[in-house]
Amino acid sequence: MKYLEEFSDPDLAKKLIEQIHAATTRKWALMEVCGGQTHSIIRHGIDQLLPDSVEMIHGPGCPVCVTPLETIDRALAIAARPGVVFCSFGDMLRVPGSSQDLFSIKSAGGDVRVVYSPLDALKIARENPDREVVFFGIGFETTAPANAMTVYQAQRLGVRNFSLLVSHVLVPPAIAAIMESSTCRVQAFLAAGHVCSVMGTAEYPALARKYKVPIVVTGFEPLDILEGVRRTVVQLEAGRHEVENAYPRAVREEGNVPAMEMLADVFEVTDRTWRGIGAIPRSGWQLSEKYRAFDAEQRFDVTDIHTAESSLCRSGEVLQGLIKPHLCEAFGKECTPRNPLGATMVSSEGACAAYYTHRRLELVDAK
Amino acid sequence: MQDVTAVVDDVPDLDFEGWVCPVPLRDVPSVVMGHGGGGAMSGELIEHLFLPAYGAAAAADLGDSAVLTVGSGTRLAFSTDSFVVKPMFFPGGSIGELAVNGTVNDLAMSGATPLFLSTAFILAEGTALSDVGRIAQAVGRAAEDAGVRLVTGDTKVVEHGSGDGVYLNTSGIGVIPPGVDVHARRALPGDAVLVSGDIGVHGVAVMSCREGLEFGTTVKSDTAALHGLVAAMLATGTDLHVLRDPTRGGVSASLNEIARASDVGIELVERLLPVPPAVHDACSLLGLDPLQVANEGKLIAIVPAGDADRVLAAMRAHPLGRSACRIGSCVPDHAGMVVAKTGLGGSRVIGLPIGEQLPRIC
Repeated sequence: MKYLEEFSDPDLAKKLIEQIHAATTRKWALMEVCGGQTHSIIRHGIDQLLPDSVEMIHGPGCPVCVTPLETIDRALAIAARPGVVFCSFGDMLRVPGSSQDLFSIKSAGGDVRVVYSPLDALKIARENPDREVVFFGIGFETTAPANAMTVYQAQRLGVRNFSLLVSHVLVPPAIAAIMESSTCRVQAFLAAGHVCSVMGTAEYPALARKYKVPIVVTGFEPLDILEGVRRTVVQLEAGRHEVENAYPRAVREEGNVPAMEMLADVFEVTDRTWRGIGAIPRSGWQLSEKYRAFDAEQRFDVTDIHTAESSLCRSGEVLQGLIKPHLCEAFGKECTPRNPLGATMVSSEGACAAYYTHRRLELVDAK
Repeated sequence: MQDVTAVVDDVPDLDFEGWVCPVPLRDVPSVVMGHGGGGAMSGELIEHLFLPAYGAAAAADLGDSAVLTVGSGTRLAFSTDSFVVKPMFFPGGSIGELAVNGTVNDLAMSGATPLFLSTAFILAEGTALSDVGRIAQAVGRAAEDAGVRLVTGDTKVVEHGSGDGVYLNTSGIGVIPPGVDVHARRALPGDAVLVSGDIGVHGVAVMSCREGLEFGTTVKSDTAALHGLVAAMLATGTDLHVLRDPTRGGVSASLNEIARASDVGIELVERLLPVPPAVHDACSLLGLDPLQVANEGKLIAIVPAGDADRVLAAMRAHPLGRSACRIGSCVPDHAGMVVAKTGLGGSRVIGLPIGEQLPRIC
């Protein structure tokens, strides 16, 4: 990873920041779609270095944040069942459902395990044929290929005690939904580089044309983000609205073709509810008919899910870029990473958690 | 490939008023892993459960060691620590060295010369005696290296399934030289913040072993007894204000503790942080912050700024402090908080970790 250091070079960053300042003549509102970009922006203090007139709006691109409460509750119910090994990426463990989280299930004796790849969960299933092993398959297009490959392998190897609880969501329909909203303030998008490394850029020109917004595919290191902002501002100032690839070292226009073929085989597009946002048509993936036997939602017929919601949390507005996290009345008071009211305060990629963790100095009284 | 522009016309205008979030998990009714993570949850457990329950009998000021005055003014440091690390053997050591060095370091961080340790083994039924033997040998070697005597001990066995391998508690006593006071409340604005070497190494070593992750090179735990390094620092004649070994919760937890106890702000300079490439890569891969990753052979020292170079020279002359460096300062601003200047010139708050560190999804 040593080569990445050059993408954090302070001198080059300074030059890019100067170029952004020089190019900006008026107010612009840019949305970075991906939670990883939000994390990087706050982590490196990039937003503090941009012109005051360039506002970064933090988008709904944290997969942990947008996983519906009902899905979390379903995951908790499955994980609590005897004989189940419930495998998940680490940051899902602290996301609150209606009354518990996966840590609580683990504490009560549930076999909840953090894995780093869905293939690890498949391995656990093969080693424990008498247990039902479930992997929590959440995320955007970035994490979907590995999940698809795992289901494909499970079928190929005849591993019948493995299943996937799927809650995959897709970026382009979310961009469309944001732009369709009557309260939308977004004038340009930094598209998520890792998503595009899988899917390519073919879905974006239609969005750029329809909504007249520049879309710049952007990476995650400080210089990547600054270059994405610079190109976006240049387009806005020139009145252009095109798709640009500012992350060519990872993203090709055609995407990762074998990965997309795998996705097309294993998944099919479905309507999906986004936590804090609501239902967006055709904005997610579910297992296709051919692989439906591996769908945990069907295998574990969980009924009786009664989601309990709070009216204090405004993460829906945060996810839409309508308000900054600290403008929520509960921010830093009733709602902290220790006691999250909503998922945007739970995940380290969530805008609220990023603001609370690294921006408290400016935003709330620390005492 | 779907044309999303063809379907968005069906999107209802989003109703922000109706958007909702879950009821918070204010408190958990049972022990969760985060209660042992050395972060905010551990602190809350002590503050809200143990201390009220102990009532008038509690006489703890929550440091790593208690400082007890006996007889004609001799000050003893007394400390206890339990070790439950998985796996029991990892690159660079085992639970045996860790248990000795951990308590030796807790004593050293009060400025004491460690003298005596107890060892209490809790063994799970079915654990291979050869493993217990290897761990016991590691305890003996580490104690000998540290110059401490193992003076008492205990062994218990729990039924298969009630425990996992070997758990080990060590308690220790040491003597604090006259005039030495390195309590966390002594940091002053203007003081220099020093660290004795690379950070995050132990946590990454154990993680790579525990999770079967490969980071290109084998990262070995930095477990080591630090009292010799402390003695070298004290020998400079400097009034060391604070010493801490940043174990669970990492540098972040220790500095937050110091900032709060002393009511000073701490300002770090990120580009000065000694993060070795393997730790940097592992943390980048997993979405962790090196400042929150555990160390077992490093110390943080808060010293008057004018003495910083002298103390650093003494540290660098010791084998365990060769890479010692200054990473920041105590400041009068933002009292009780730790803030880092980022490499690009921005700033961010370095918070107290909550519980367990969780790898990010992407």
